[in-house]
Amino acid sequence: MVTEKDVHHIAELADVGISPGELGPFTHQFNAILEYFDILDRVQGDAAVPRDLCNIMRGDEVEPSLPQDEVLRNAAAQEEGFIRAPRVM
Amino acid sequence: MAEGDVIVGLEVHCQLDTKSKLFCGCSTDYRADGPNTHVCPICLGLPGAMPVLNRKAIEFAMRVAKALNCAVLHESEFARKNYFYPDLDKGYQITQYDKPLAEGGYLGIDGDEGGERRIRITRIHVEEDPGRLVHMGNAERGKYSLVDYNRSGIPLIEIVSEPDMRSPKEARKFLNKLRATLEYLSVFDSEKEGSLRVDANISIRGSERVEVKNITSYKGVEKALTFEITRQKNLLRRGQRVERETRHFLEARGVTQSARSKEMEHDYRYFPEPDLRPLQVRSWVDGIVLPELPDARRERFMVQYGCSPGHARTLTGELRLANFFEKVVAADQKGLSALAATWIADTLIGELNYRDMGLDPVDPEGFTRLVLLLKQGTITDKSGIEVLRVMLDQRLRKEACETPEDIVRRLNLAKTSGDTGAIAAAIREAIAENPKAIDDYRAGKGGALNFLVGQVMKKTRGKADPGELNRMLTESLTDREG
Amino acid sequence: MSSGTISFEPDDRYHAFLTVCGHAPHRSGKLSGIAVAVKDNISTRGIETTCASKILMGYVPPYDARVVELLKNSGAAIAGKTNMDEFGMGTTTENSAFGPTLNPCDTGCVPGGSSGGSAAAIAGGMVQMALGTDTGGSIRCPAAFCGIVGLKPSYGRVSRYGLIAYANSLEQIGPLGKTVSDVSTLMEVIAGYDRHDSTSHNKPYTHTPGADIKGLKIGIPQEYFGAGVDPAVAAVVKSAIGKLEEIGATAVPCSIPSMEYALAAYYVICTCEASSNLARFDGVRYGPAADTKKSWHDAYKEVRAAGFGTEVRRRIMLGTFALSSGYYGKYYAKAQVARENVRKDFARIFSEVDVIAGPTMPTVAFRLGEKSDPLSMYLADILTVPANLAGIPSISVPCGRAGGMPVGLQIMGRQFEDERVIDVAYAYEQAVT
Repeated sequence: MVTEKDVHHIAELADVGISPGELGPFTHQFNAILEYFDILDRVQGDAAVPRDLCNIMRGDEVEPSLPQDEVLRNAAAQEEGFIRAPRVM
Repeated sequence: MAEGDVIVGLEVHCQLDTKSKLFCGCSTDYRADGPNTHVCPICLGLPGAMPVLNRKAIEFAMRVAKALNCAVLHESEFARKNYFYPDLDKGYQITQYDKPLAEGGYLGIDGDEGGERRIRITRIHVEEDPGRLVHMGNAERGKYSLVDYNRSGIPLIEIVSEPDMRSPKEARKFLNKLRATLEYLSVFDSEKEGSLRVDANISIRGSERVEVKNITSYKGVEKALTFEITRQKNLLRRGQRVERETRHFLEARGVTQSARSKEMEHDYRYFPEPDLRPLQVRSWVDGIVLPELPDARRERFMVQYGCSPGHARTLTGELRLANFFEKVVAADQKGLSALAATWIADTLIGELNYRDMGLDPVDPEGFTRLVLLLKQGTITDKSGIEVLRVMLDQRLRKEACETPEDIVRRLNLAKTSGDTGAIAAAIREAIAENPKAIDDYRAGKGGALNFLVGQVMKKTRGKADPGELNRMLTESLTDREG
Repeated sequence: MSSGTISFEPDDRYHAFLTVCGHAPHRSGKLSGIAVAVKDNISTRGIETTCASKILMGYVPPYDARVVELLKNSGAAIAGKTNMDEFGMGTTTENSAFGPTLNPCDTGCVPGGSSGGSAAAIAGGMVQMALGTDTGGSIRCPAAFCGIVGLKPSYGRVSRYGLIAYANSLEQIGPLGKTVSDVSTLMEVIAGYDRHDSTSHNKPYTHTPGADIKGLKIGIPQEYFGAGVDPAVAAVVKSAIGKLEEIGATAVPCSIPSMEYALAAYYVICTCEASSNLARFDGVRYGPAADTKKSWHDAYKEVRAAGFGTEVRRRIMLGTFALSSGYYGKYYAKAQVARENVRKDFARIFSEVDVIAGPTMPTVAFRLGEKSDPLSMYLADILTVPANLAGIPSISVPCGRAGGMPVGLQIMGRQFEDERVIDVAYAYEQAVT
């Protein structure tokens, strides 16, 4: 069982935001889904790493990079070739 | 080990010297170029792009694992380390978590009290570098960050030590030895700016552990550790607790500062990278032939060139230095080694450091000729230093480079041995100008003679042969007494 | 046909397209001049690619997905980008940020999802072929609901380079078409090794569908005809399987016990992977701008709260929770065990039979707005997710109607036996034409 506080915390952890109006319904739905997931508790056996392919590597060869203007084209804000981002503390 | 002992562990991140990035073909040679010019959909984190592993990075990492006596795991995996930061364009870093490339191992350093100390290695793994942030603006106009993704995706090797170091000095030695080893393996270039970053874990036995992050210079490590140990010891001395926390080292001020607690709360939600497949490369270890490593080269320098242990340690402490020495003495090992070792270890290094200069621009052939001039007695040591400084300055300023012989000729630095007239004249002048020194000498004050020697040296612009000068001066002084 | 340009201005009353390429250039080749629609989570150079999300509005990729490159090389004309559930998360295309797509068979019904736009474009007669993606049924579901053909290829058979990832270990790009031949032709173009995709296998597909299935053994899992399946749908599919028996196949009852938890495993894995894949949408390099006057954390959260729809945020949260410290063992690790059990079940069954058949979906297409509860929506995927968990090929081919709406017959095969799966579907299609 997760509480509304838990759900709010998860939304913070995931940085997706949750409005006060959403919190109640989300929590309710969350719990229903997690309850459904509980069936996994009973699962027995071993996991397997996908080993159908192994040692997939490429040679150390240089390939052309994107031209700077294409790198910047989709960015909302740029300055002297750098991409602008909100400040980090 | 007693209560109050210092316990230090290091996590060292080094950029591997591959031509292309870890998961894409962008060139790693970005430092001279503009921002965001070495970027592609993969290292820019564009939606839909997928990583493909660079084999060379794994080969390099395995060389390191073998050199550090580590065991390569039968199967290793890449994992996602999830956190949100503007320089981490995918919102996760591809790294290795519970199945790293190699585990166990050790690196031997010279103990503070002599002998060899083995610092154990916990693990070695490979991961990608994030981009680079530049902080801009100010409180009034608003602060923001600028991001350059050129560095995003550069291959890193992370080497984690056990908390086996007992002093900042040991940590510095470990780092130096590690750096040299990686250079000898040709997997790392320490002169590339930002190519090495260190996180340190420090505690005083019995107290909590503090992590100091993002130390980016070699000197910084010793400074950071010294500061932090002092800080912790002072807290304990005052009966206070050391908080378990993460701190940042502020190089300019030489202090560590608490990082806000947000860092501590990170839950990285590691899981295996679904776009990559496992590595089974343990069998590659046998095929790896290690080159001569620092310890072996040190031994060889003592045997082959007759270097003193101290000189051998210094000369082999950096790959470039060791290579330089061997090139300089190549023409005449027996004849040049002793002098070259002294002049490189005791003089050249200092002059380079003073100029913040690397060894690359220095021409070994030119240096050999300088050593020959000294060996032949053409110039005094003092003149030798002057010639060396001119040679280095010309290289540094990218001016026309003269040969040492030309410099000696131009500056008239050839020894004035035999020209006793000039020396005698200088001695007469020095005596006349310094009556007090004469009295001191008569009174038996030892420093007076050295002072007078210095004065004569100045007058002869250092060209007087010291032995001859001493003899003539002493004679003069004795004569006058009589 | 040699190279040229086709004019493509369809009457898109079903809202199948998000972007229409009015004048679509094409080269010469196998598909020369054929208009192919591409789902909007597949990167197309120079053409806006949104994943039907506000957070990618205005994003124009500087590169083509591998499959788009292959399409262009084969002479296809990229007709446009089709509507979908946002980031592939949904079963009805109602989760698109730009409005739902309507089912051409009944515009009061959903076309299925998440590749609803691609399916409707075909069923509505606008294009003959389209690309979709299938993570838990997203090609097969809309194919079934719209009465067309859709193939989820074997995992690793079609490059994912350029597919905007939702759940990397589960999804594949695949072909949709009016007929099995169309689907097979398109598969020939897109299948094959790609060095840019480290999970890509070297298994090109060159195959002409054949209708001879004499001696074929078809497994009929009891779980596909059980309580959760609409009896009318079950009856139609049983009848279709009867047809296959008429033309030479033998039906063999079987059971997939791991079906009990397959859906839970699927939703744990896909939400975990998605929570990580979608972290890159931060408004810095693409998408609507982050407010650089705010602090990083606040700006990042604001961009995502505004740009992601409700279902996307729900799944990101579920995945974040499941991966978080203390829960990894309970959810993600257990889901991987469950997944391995599903694989083992299929391997066991395929040692006795050649293919497995059943309904694609438990019901026919829902009415628009009918499914509002997330969990009940998830449960609709129950018959399609096992193939994604196991990485095996699975096709949906229309096999009749129930209550006036199309029903899909699902055929699953061993990994890399896409050809056989195509043949069985083709054989059925030929037998009823």
